[in-house]
Amino acid sequence: MAANYDYDEAPATYDDANSQDLGYDPNFVPDSVKSFVVHLYRHIREKNVYEIHQMYEISFQTLSDRLFKDTPWPSVDAVAHYVDNDQVFCLLYREMWFRHLYARLSPTLKQRIDSWDNYCSLFQVVLHRVVNMQLPNQWLWDMVDEFVYQFQSFCQYRAKMKNKTEQEIVLLRQFDQAWNVYGVLNYLQAFVEKSNIIQILEQEKEGLEQFTATDGYDYSGGSNVLKVLGYFSMVGLLRVHCLLGDYQTGLKCLLPIDISQQGVYTSVIGSHITTIYHYGFANLMMRRYVEAIREFNKMLLYIYKTKQYHQKSPQYEQILKKNEQMYALLAICLSLCPQTKLVEETVNSQLREKYGEKMARMQRYDDEAFAIYDELFSYACPKFITPSAPSFEEPLVNYNQDAYRLQLKLFLHEVKQQQLLSGVRTFLKVYSTISLGKLANYMEVDEPTLRTILFSYKHKTHAVDSDGKIISNADVDFYIDDDMIHVVESKPVKRFGDYFLRQIVKLEGVINDIDRICLE
Amino acid sequence: MVRERETPKQQQQVSYTVEQLVAVNPYNPDILPDLENYVNEQVSSQTYSLDANLCLLRLYQFEPERMSTQIVARILVKALMAMPAPDFSLCLFLIPERVQMEEQLKTLIVLSHYLETGRFRQFWDEAAKNRHIVEAVPGFEQAIQTYAIHVLSLTYQKIPRPVLAEAINIEGLSLDKFLEHQAANSGWILEKGHGRGQLIVLPRNEFNHPELKKIAADSVPLEHITRIFTILG
Repeated sequence: MAANYDYDEAPATYDDANSQDLGYDPNFVPDSVKSFVVHLYRHIREKNVYEIHQMYEISFQTLSDRLFKDTPWPSVDAVAHYVDNDQVFCLLYREMWFRHLYARLSPTLKQRIDSWDNYCSLFQVVLHRVVNMQLPNQWLWDMVDEFVYQFQSFCQYRAKMKNKTEQEIVLLRQFDQAWNVYGVLNYLQAFVEKSNIIQILEQEKEGLEQFTATDGYDYSGGSNVLKVLGYFSMVGLLRVHCLLGDYQTGLKCLLPIDISQQGVYTSVIGSHITTIYHYGFANLMMRRYVEAIREFNKMLLYIYKTKQYHQKSPQYEQILKKNEQMYALLAICLSLCPQTKLVEETVNSQLREKYGEKMARMQRYDDEAFAIYDELFSYACPKFITPSAPSFEEPLVNYNQDAYRLQLKLFLHEVKQQQLLSGVRTFLKVYSTISLGKLANYMEVDEPTLRTILFSYKHKTHAVDSDGKIISNADVDFYIDDDMIHVVESKPVKRFGDYFLRQIVKLEGVINDIDRICLE
Repeated sequence: MVRERETPKQQQQVSYTVEQLVAVNPYNPDILPDLENYVNEQVSSQTYSLDANLCLLRLYQFEPERMSTQIVARILVKALMAMPAPDFSLCLFLIPERVQMEEQLKTLIVLSHYLETGRFRQFWDEAAKNRHIVEAVPGFEQAIQTYAIHVLSLTYQKIPRPVLAEAINIEGLSLDKFLEHQAANSGWILEKGHGRGQLIVLPRNEFNHPELKKIAADSVPLEHITRIFTILG
């Protein structure tokens, strides 16, 4: 997962062409690197997925930490002859090369464009040629994730027009296809289509295909690359659509993946977190608060239980960051839509610790409350982008914040509309019946205004779910008979059905285990 | 005669193609004119497609010079008519701030705000002041009345006539006719309230009759049961 979300443009120091200005020699290949590429190349040819994964996850990181802390890896031209000048390997190597650059250094415009070209070449190979590799899911996920990340980064970079040099503007105009939003979306879409992944997942449900059961790997001598890239591209599309502010379509792209179950998306922690984070965020913006709360709760509990296993991984920092962001989003959801029984105890106590005080203040809906909503939203939201190319004619301004400001504004507008609901809730909790006249009096409004507040309460607490059905989120509800309000306390429902199902499965597991014990 | 018969079929063919485009090839600037035509078609034939309209708003986002404020306004009116679904805000997320400041769109945003906050009287007043916007889309009035009744049905078991009248903007004889129609076809019951005029009893649902809710609560979806079929079998 890409670590750096905010960084400023550094002066162009790392350019493959001129080694004299660089302070390092891109053509010098240390022995350890030579050994690395030779072995990696062999393992890829021999389809030794476990070894590939070890080298990719561990060796690459170790070498980067030891030798390339603040310089790029040797150029692909320097290592090519160790690997038979294999075209595909060189593309893969370059992909890792750029990823390392983005993570540790600041890419120049030329490098951003070159990285785009590399992705294009690599993706063309996968899409149009028969590729005979098996790569670890971690790597395939990282490719999609990094691809979207570099797109996001490019849009942010491009939108800061104010301090662009002449040279940069010339390059931007000349290479207007690089990181073009159509290109990005169409590649992701192409992966989904060409891999046939949607049909594969459908057929798997009927037992006609094996995909999830093998974690996407192909044990009949074929390649997992296209299928798994197609699969992860669905998450990629969700992410891109969230960056654009199109939550409905984003969720639609994710639909073929059943997030109520384990799947290939859970085989890589980064993919699991990215999926749920964006799924939850999209639901939050669509006012499906209960759905968002459910998924954030599950994810946060999972991270709590498993993060110790990822402490050494390069993704650890990102995992922690997303963890904190999801707590913030959970705090927002629960403030807008109080629920009593949806949050696991462990998660709840963490939530109280981090945001207990802020949540209390958010529910007061005064000016301070809005400031806190603003703060949490801004901290936790995706890095929204403006996808269109800048107009080079006007005075050059920075417009990289525009997209974020729009989403924030609309979000706070929604919060504002819910402002009066908190007051009603407090009163409803105290009375079992109360006349409209009396309640209007207590709330210091006239009756017609009270009616609008009650209508608003009903409308806002009854969301439309993905099937178009109305679902009530209200923890406290009411109905009106002529001019009398009758309060309905929603009792938490004991779900016996789920409980029995779990116990049945558990018992079956125990019986099977016992059966397997051979007594001498 | 032949031409008349052909037109509905042609219309069907066009919308079939557009929906297909949106499903199969949405990230394509060439389909922009088709999507714009489709918006106009939705307006005139009183149909609606959120996905197609979002697709168009995205394309406008990608190429702002090609945006038509008039089309955007029509999309927003259609979205308003889809309430209680949050379509209106979903569309707004894709429209740049400076475009939202334009007169037509500002008015629509105000109208949406009134509907979101249950301010029906203010809504109808504002709509009356902007007939040119709302009358451009057939079916608008009925759609908002349907939404109003939806909110009323969530809220009231028995509703006084004046409250209903204000929410759906129908009065006097028209209201009488409307109520008769609803009583005959939608299960509404007209009662005499204690001295203060008519009370209308709205159909029972789980939202205005909480006792109906509990029945649905502990059902287990079939999908979950299928997971233990192998154990049971």
